[in-house]
Amino acid sequence: MINIFEVAETNEMVEKENLDVRTITLGISLLDCIDSDINKLNEKIYNKICTVAKDLVKTGEDISKEFGIPIVNKRISVTPIGLIGASACKTTDDFVSIAKTLDKAAKAVGVNFIGGYSALVAKGMTPGEEMLIRSIPDALCSTERIMSSVVLGSTRTGLNMDGVKLMGKVIKETAEKTKENDSIGCTKLVVLCNAPDDNPFMAGAFHGVTEADSIINVGVSGPGVVKYALEKVRGENFEVLCETIKKTAFKVTRVGQIVAREASKRLGIPFGIVDLSLAPTPAIGDSVADILCEIGLEQTGAPGTTAALALLNDQVKKGGVMASSYVGGLSGAFIPVSEDQGMIDAVNAGALTIEKLEAMTCVCSVGLDMIAIPGDTPNSTISGIIADELAIGMINQKTTAVRIIPVIGKGVGDNVEFGGLLGHAPIMPVNGFSCEAFVNRGGRIPAPIHSFKN
Amino acid sequence: MNKTIITVVGHDAVGIIAKVCTYLAENNININDISQTILQGYFNMMMITDMTQSTKPFGEISDELAALGESIGVIIKCQREEIFDSMHRI
Repeated sequence: MINIFEVAETNEMVEKENLDVRTITLGISLLDCIDSDINKLNEKIYNKICTVAKDLVKTGEDISKEFGIPIVNKRISVTPIGLIGASACKTTDDFVSIAKTLDKAAKAVGVNFIGGYSALVAKGMTPGEEMLIRSIPDALCSTERIMSSVVLGSTRTGLNMDGVKLMGKVIKETAEKTKENDSIGCTKLVVLCNAPDDNPFMAGAFHGVTEADSIINVGVSGPGVVKYALEKVRGENFEVLCETIKKTAFKVTRVGQIVAREASKRLGIPFGIVDLSLAPTPAIGDSVADILCEIGLEQTGAPGTTAALALLNDQVKKGGVMASSYVGGLSGAFIPVSEDQGMIDAVNAGALTIEKLEAMTCVCSVGLDMIAIPGDTPNSTISGIIADELAIGMINQKTTAVRIIPVIGKGVGDNVEFGGLLGHAPIMPVNGFSCEAFVNRGGRIPAPIHSFKN
Repeated sequence: MNKTIITVVGHDAVGIIAKVCTYLAENNININDISQTILQGYFNMMMITDMTQSTKPFGEISDELAALGESIGVIIKCQREEIFDSMHRI
């Protein structure tokens, strides 16, 4: 039988260490909404989302209350709109109308974000997908709750460099269109390599075509819980350190597992996966950078950072897979800059650069995330940063991503305030040497040799 | 099955257990087990209860217990047992 100390430990994790279920994300397939008439398509999309997700928010709140675990976000991911809109959309405005429909549906069911304004173009773009990509700046500046992602490569396909080039331009245009608000549109836009079909976390969430009609995926978090656990083993060797992280990750994942099962049961929608990601927030004590410091670094970015992060990421996964048979999504440690006070401090202290962050992404669960750069950074340089990051994913058979914000009108030395969970960030310097000739070559980078496993 | 864990945390005072137990009795909630200790200087009590005979829904009991806690200066939480089993048992 459960004892008082175990109960107190759980409640302390919630009350003092920011343990929460970060998101219940309901994946909804829109494949059965496809129509060649844009008005009919919009109507079908709206009706399907409002039918399948009508009880999502209420169910999340009920579970939160009964278990005493905060469930911070209730969200929806849909089939990539690049596929859904291909038949009906003749112009970028047609795609924007779908974005507005999704936004309206998100507001109607009360979710704070809906992901899936996406295109899967790892090898090449269909005309519809290219049109969707070109519509992203308008879609993001005329909606509130839409999240957009573009998959530009994978280990099996190589990198779509035409897409990489285009996205440099699209990111810059999105920044321009939202320049009154510190280019905040770019915080809702991510490009990926090896994107998982079942990721519940934004901005990269979409409901993959390999998925069932609807599915519940849950993302748990808990950097604060890991940090607090490690405070108790200061000075101990790596074995003790790793054991502590694993045990903590196990407990945190179990919370996600039970919430996911319960949500699945109540909504009558199958359970997909638990994504155990240490996802920081700007709240004090909810930081991945603080964990790295607790492991033994003066600041994140110091020599040893990549090794410490590799160890952390691996132990989190090991603890997580023991706790749930269906761990998926991105699972690991996120290293966004603006959303993590410890990362922001490290940048301000001069300890952390984009180049070091890039090295860290080789061993973390995602990639360059929430990094503010000067607004006058050339499109080709943004494409170059994307190509570098996606190449890491392609060669290492892992998910990598770039969510970068060229803040129009600001430069190195300035700060940018996104607000809420998105946090704030100092503008980071970017290597000023050009890669334009490289980006302009056109075509694609072939899949690496180790992709041939047939 | 269907057990609910009620925790009471705060400064020790006369009559805390009495008041909580009175409320539970009034609402037909059976207590299976009680344990109590002082953790980091605070009064900590945990009750394992059975709410299946209660006439009120879980949410209402939870809100009323929280309000009762506020009136006597302690924090009372009401949570389903599964969350603890899930976290602490393999």
